[in-house]
Amino acid sequence: MSDVVIKGHVGIGAKVRGKALVAKDDFSARYDLDRIKGVFSRPAHKLVGENYVDTILILNTAKGGVATSWMLHEMNSRGMAPKALILNTSNPIMAQGAAFGDVVLMDRFETDITEAVQTGDDVTVDPAAGTLTIHKD
Amino acid sequence: MLAGKFGEPRQIALEQQIKVGDFFDAPNFVEISQVHLMADTESLGEAGVEYLENMAGYDEKDRRVAVPTVTDPRGIDLMAYKKLNQEESWAELERRAIKAFEAMGILMTDTCINYQTILPPAFGEHVAFGDTGSVIYTNSVLGARSNFEGGPAALTAALTGRAPRYKCHLDEGRRGTIRFVIKDRPENLSDWGALGGVVGKKSGSYWAVPVLEGIDGTPTSDEMKHFGAALASYGSVPIFHMVSATPEARCLEDTFDGTPPAPIELGKKDIDGFYASFGRHEDKVDVVVFAAPQMSLVEMQQLADLCRGKTIHKDTSLIIATSPEIKSAANRMGLTKTIEDTGAMVLEGVCFYQMYARETGEANGWKKLMSNSAKLVNIISGYGYEPVLAPMEVCIDAAIRGKMS
Repeated sequence: MSDVVIKGHVGIGAKVRGKALVAKDDFSARYDLDRIKGVFSRPAHKLVGENYVDTILILNTAKGGVATSWMLHEMNSRGMAPKALILNTSNPIMAQGAAFGDVVLMDRFETDITEAVQTGDDVTVDPAAGTLTIHKD
Repeated sequence: MLAGKFGEPRQIALEQQIKVGDFFDAPNFVEISQVHLMADTESLGEAGVEYLENMAGYDEKDRRVAVPTVTDPRGIDLMAYKKLNQEESWAELERRAIKAFEAMGILMTDTCINYQTILPPAFGEHVAFGDTGSVIYTNSVLGARSNFEGGPAALTAALTGRAPRYKCHLDEGRRGTIRFVIKDRPENLSDWGALGGVVGKKSGSYWAVPVLEGIDGTPTSDEMKHFGAALASYGSVPIFHMVSATPEARCLEDTFDGTPPAPIELGKKDIDGFYASFGRHEDKVDVVVFAAPQMSLVEMQQLADLCRGKTIHKDTSLIIATSPEIKSAANRMGLTKTIEDTGAMVLEGVCFYQMYARETGEANGWKKLMSNSAKLVNIISGYGYEPVLAPMEVCIDAAIRGKMS
């Protein structure tokens, strides 16, 4: 099967490939994560208990407070960050955190990205080109 | 600046700001007049503190902030951390961060209510504020202009004296997108927070601008504070308009381009439903918290009036967080003593969720939490707590009885 390429807005960071972890929920590092263990900890989050480290993390929108921008940097410094953060809609905090913490970020796709990609899919994110590719084998 | 003529810190800062500006298609930068910096040590971690120390190691002309810069709450109250069973290593990290901030010329105000206590921006002033509650109040109630500038971004703005011009800095980013009619006026601060939570959930993202009608009489500063903080927390929303109450909404037509969308009606049943979603602690309450945002002097007085002559239950803790300025005033006016005579602790320069809430909760056996802050009960479940929202007097009653009655 051929690869599926989905267009989005130009993002932040370098090209990266990994396994997708997907939910239709929103995202905040402060509200949702146990950053020491590298798992989602908020009981109401669809991904509660899931390990997000080194995944291509795909969620709906950025929510909540401003702490995520420091936290992405801190998580990355311990090798406990996702490989990329992919959202339908980002907010300034995620973009600032990506620029500061060296985390890959993309948003504003031509389709609902939380529906287009399934957990476990092998995907490549190319922020400079503004594309997300799902590799089909 | 980009060529390094003004030193490496400003060069690095501007490079980061250009990345963010490009991401949001900002046409250029806007000069800003003050910065509010969120940088608690729990979020910073060792990596963040090392970054600050590195910045602080440059020559003074290169490291000093370009505009007045004040701080959001710290991760530790250095006067109280031992009583809270918090670890010495966290205090040490905090001391290192403070030393680095001071070397950069940053004013350690340690408050999220800088718009009530330090230097409220004037109408139309462009600023770079960090706490979401501070940003939404500044945009909506004061008519000044700021995006959410997270810690690293606020620090870059402090160094360059500018911010990427998009969203809240532009007229078009402040126009209404969703309309609400409020049928029943909230009765107390937690009701205002609950309404903010409901509107936030329905608004959905940073790019939404909710417009509210039907509120008879302008809410007080504390009511706006709780409403805005919850709206920003639940919806990641940076600005709202309240018709005939906020400065960019003298009338409905002021707020929308073209015909306003059909309104969503909200009333008492929505607020009641919001409270009900958190349940009740009828068996036991471990900790009652007043914070998020920090308490104003007026809230401190209201709390003191409810606390006077009472003693809290032996198995329940009562924690209050306010700013150093307000704590000092409350000390002087006898309010702190009245509150602490119950067995409560009044903390300064911190906020409950920013002070290692998970570890502090485990160290003190706190799980079942009550607060009148809709923002706090939203955040805190991710830290292992079971939160319940209730008005201030119900929270105090539960602190005395050790459970909700």
